[in-house]
Amino acid sequence: MSLLSFGNSGWGDELFFATLMTLAVSLTAMIIGFIFALIFTPLKLSKNRFLNIIANSYTTVIRGVPELLVIYLFFFGGSGAVMFVASIFGYNEYIEINAFITGSFAIGIISGAYSTEVFRGAIQSIDKGQFEASQVLGLKKPIHFLKVILPQMLRLAIPNLSNVWQITLKDTSLISVTGLVEIMRQSYIAAGSTRDPLFFYSFAALLYLLLTFLSMKLINKLEIKYNRGF
Amino acid sequence: MDFDLMLNSFPKLLNATLITLKLLSLSLIIGLILGFCFAILRLSKNIFINRFAYGYSYLFRGTPLLVQIFIIYFGLGQIEFLRSSFLWVILKEPYWCAIIAFSLNTGAYTSEIIRSALQTINLGFIEAGKSLGLSNKIIFFKIQTPIAIRQSLPAYGNEIILMLKGTSLASTVTLMDLTGVAKYIISTTFKPVEVFIVAGGIYLFLTFLVHNLIKFLEKKYSY
Repeated sequence: MSLLSFGNSGWGDELFFATLMTLAVSLTAMIIGFIFALIFTPLKLSKNRFLNIIANSYTTVIRGVPELLVIYLFFFGGSGAVMFVASIFGYNEYIEINAFITGSFAIGIISGAYSTEVFRGAIQSIDKGQFEASQVLGLKKPIHFLKVILPQMLRLAIPNLSNVWQITLKDTSLISVTGLVEIMRQSYIAAGSTRDPLFFYSFAALLYLLLTFLSMKLINKLEIKYNRGF
Repeated sequence: MDFDLMLNSFPKLLNATLITLKLLSLSLIIGLILGFCFAILRLSKNIFINRFAYGYSYLFRGTPLLVQIFIIYFGLGQIEFLRSSFLWVILKEPYWCAIIAFSLNTGAYTSEIIRSALQTINLGFIEAGKSLGLSNKIIFFKIQTPIAIRQSLPAYGNEIILMLKGTSLASTVTLMDLTGVAKYIISTTFKPVEVFIVAGGIYLFLTFLVHNLIKFLEKKYSY
């Protein structure tokens, strides 16, 4: 237990901050994923075949390629891509992007692909009458989306989004390969310097279990709130 | 775009795909057996057995696969008892550690898939079997199991694809699978995009094959 004490003698505080880092990366990635999903879901549902192909290739490629490979692409290719864009604007110095941004973007794009599928499914299962009714009422498109479709879509999407959240949370463990100090990386460091990998990796597993357990509780509450009246 | 590099790395990556496929097929077979056993345990009326099976699937589904591999590969070697036993022959090899971790992981997911398939079977089928005077054993193996297999095919197809992606984690314990070789080529040439296209293409091709195989099976066994 002394291994877990706070302060200089133990790893308690380090692991605590690592857990916060895992949460921060997961939340950022989830939000980035939402933004991607909000862009790609309309493309997926649009009647234009070209836009369809773009959205479909995004979700198929990302869901068919290992997360680790995507992370390596961002880790090794991220600063190159940013430097290329910067060089167009005449900036030729070396730019290094930090591990937090690369990591949350890589995981965010992955989680976005899953969220896109969830949103698409949710919109498609909204009763057709709702679309027709708002058309008959003459609602403008943005209002139709914000006031009629979005609230119903969220209610239908919450159970599946909680799965996406779990996947995202677990995927963040892979960012440890880029050196970002989250739970996995911190356990690796602690295990290396104390030569007690069994304890620290088991403790990491416990932390992940705790995170998934607590977030499930929270999501269940949300689900009940959005299901009022159904 | 460096097309020479793409052409040169293709055979190397294809070679590494063999290891990926070996890892995948072995762990799927072991995981399927594990999953089937634990699904039956989950349906048991004994609370103790039931809880045990639930705990297993909760533990392995609630933690990242990476942690599981690290515990088995780095952690188990710490236990003196295991080091001196015959199991050490297996546990010192990263290949077998990866297979153990993958099998336990996919076993947990598979047990959930099979359990829900067994639970959602129309009661009429079982009652029909009973009224025909079939024994419980025959009802289970000749009626419930085939129907459950058919029902769990789509979900199991997803699980195969998830596992195919999961095998990429073998590269974190020094195995040179498809992702491991891809990372090696990227870090020596610093051409991430080209290597990603080739390696990602191979993975996509494999998922495409799995997807179509499952579709074919679904059609064949539809009723």
